[in-house]
Amino acid sequence: MTNKFIFALLATATLLVAGCRQDMHNAPSYKALRGSDFFADGRSARNLVPGTVARGWLRDDEALYTGKVAGQIVEQFPFEIGHAELQRGQQRFNIYCTPCHGQLGDGNGMVVQRGLRQAASYHQERLRAEKAGYFFDVITNGFGVMQGYAEQIPVRDRWLIVAYVRALQLSQHATVDDVPADKRAELDAAPASTERH
Amino acid sequence: MSQVFPKSANAWSKASVLAIVFVLLGLGWVVLTIQRSDFVTTANQFVEQPVQFSHQHHAGGIGIDCRYCHTAVEVSPSAGIPPTKTCINCHSQIWSTSPYLEPVRASFRDDKPLQWVRVHDLPDFVYFNHSIHVTKGVGCETCHGRVDKMPLMMQKSSLQMEWCLNCHRDPAQFVRPLDQVTVMGYQPAIAQAELGPRLVKEYKIAGLEHMTSCSVCHR
Repeated sequence: MTNKFIFALLATATLLVAGCRQDMHNAPSYKALRGSDFFADGRSARNLVPGTVARGWLRDDEALYTGKVAGQIVEQFPFEIGHAELQRGQQRFNIYCTPCHGQLGDGNGMVVQRGLRQAASYHQERLRAEKAGYFFDVITNGFGVMQGYAEQIPVRDRWLIVAYVRALQLSQHATVDDVPADKRAELDAAPASTERH
Repeated sequence: MSQVFPKSANAWSKASVLAIVFVLLGLGWVVLTIQRSDFVTTANQFVEQPVQFSHQHHAGGIGIDCRYCHTAVEVSPSAGIPPTKTCINCHSQIWSTSPYLEPVRASFRDDKPLQWVRVHDLPDFVYFNHSIHVTKGVGCETCHGRVDKMPLMMQKSSLQMEWCLNCHRDPAQFVRPLDQVTVMGYQPAIAQAELGPRLVKEYKIAGLEHMTSCSVCHR
C-alpha cells in the first residue's frame, strides 16, 4: 500500500518535471537578427536578390535618390524645406554627424579628439560653395576616410541633414547685420538654453 | 504493551496542524523570491561577448547617440544590432591594429556577422516593439538602465510581466519629452507628477483598459 503510494507520487512528480519545457519561450520561428542553422552563411535575415524592387519603392527619382541628374550634381533640394524639416535635420545631424564633424560642423567632434583624422569643416570656402546634391552624395557614398551612411540614414533624412549643414554654414558666417534690429538686444543677454544633452 | 506516544503528543499534533500552514506559506514565499531573483531573471549579470564592446566608452565617454548604431529603434520592433560596417566607420582608423578588435576586422573582411550574445531575451510569446515605446516618450534608460556606465552590457530590469505592467498601468511615472528619450541620467525639468500626466495626454498614450489588455503584448 505505502509502496504503491510512493510510486504514484514519484511518477506524478516526474511527469510534472518533464512537463517543464521552454518550447513556448523559445519558439522555432526567427526573431530579428537571430542566427540560422538552415542557411549556409548562418543568417536568418536574407539579403535581397539584386534588382529587387518593393512595390512603391522604385527609385526612379534620380535627384532624390542620388543627388544627381544625368551625372550632374543638383543644386536644389528635391522637396521643400521648412522649419520642421530643419529641426529634424538638426536632430539627425546630431546623431550621425557630430561624432566626427562636431556640433558646429567645424570638424572637431569627439571621435576626432580621440584620434580620428581631422574631419572636414563645413565652413571652408570649398564646401560653402558646393551644391546641395554634393553633400547628399558624400553622405550616401562617403568621401576620403568617411564611409558612406546610406545604410544608417534613410534618403529623406540625408537631405534634411544637408539642409541643416546649410544652416550651420550660415550660422558661422553671420554678422550682427543679419540679426533683425529688434532682436539684437538679445545678443547681449544670457545665452539661451540650447543644450540638448 | 506500553503507550507509543506520551500524553504531550496530543498538544504537539495540534500545534503541527497550525505549523503546516506557516511552512506552506514560507515555502510559497521562498519560491516567489527565487522566481523574482536575479538568479532566475538573469538581471545584473555581465554577459561575455565575442568582442569586449563597452557602452560606457562609446555612449558615455564619447557621447555617441544610441541611434547612431541602433538605427531601427524608432521605426521597427527591433532596435537593431549594427552591421560590422558601422564599427568600421571609425575603427578603420582608430585602434585599427588592436588585437581586441580582430574579431571585428575579421567579420568585415570575411563578410561574416559578429555573433553577439543576446542580453535581453523576452519569451517568444511576448510581442515587444521598440518603436512605439521610444516614439511615445519611454527613455532607453527607463528599461535598459545607465547603459553609459556599463563596460559590458547587462540586463537591468527583470523583464517579467509584473515589471511591464508596472509601467503599462501608469506610464505617467516614466514618460519623458521626446527629445530626451536617448539621454542618460535624465532628470525631469519639472516634477514628474506634473510632467508625466501632461505628456501622456500630449503623446496620446492609450488608457488603462487598452494598455493592460492581454492582446497588447500577447498576440
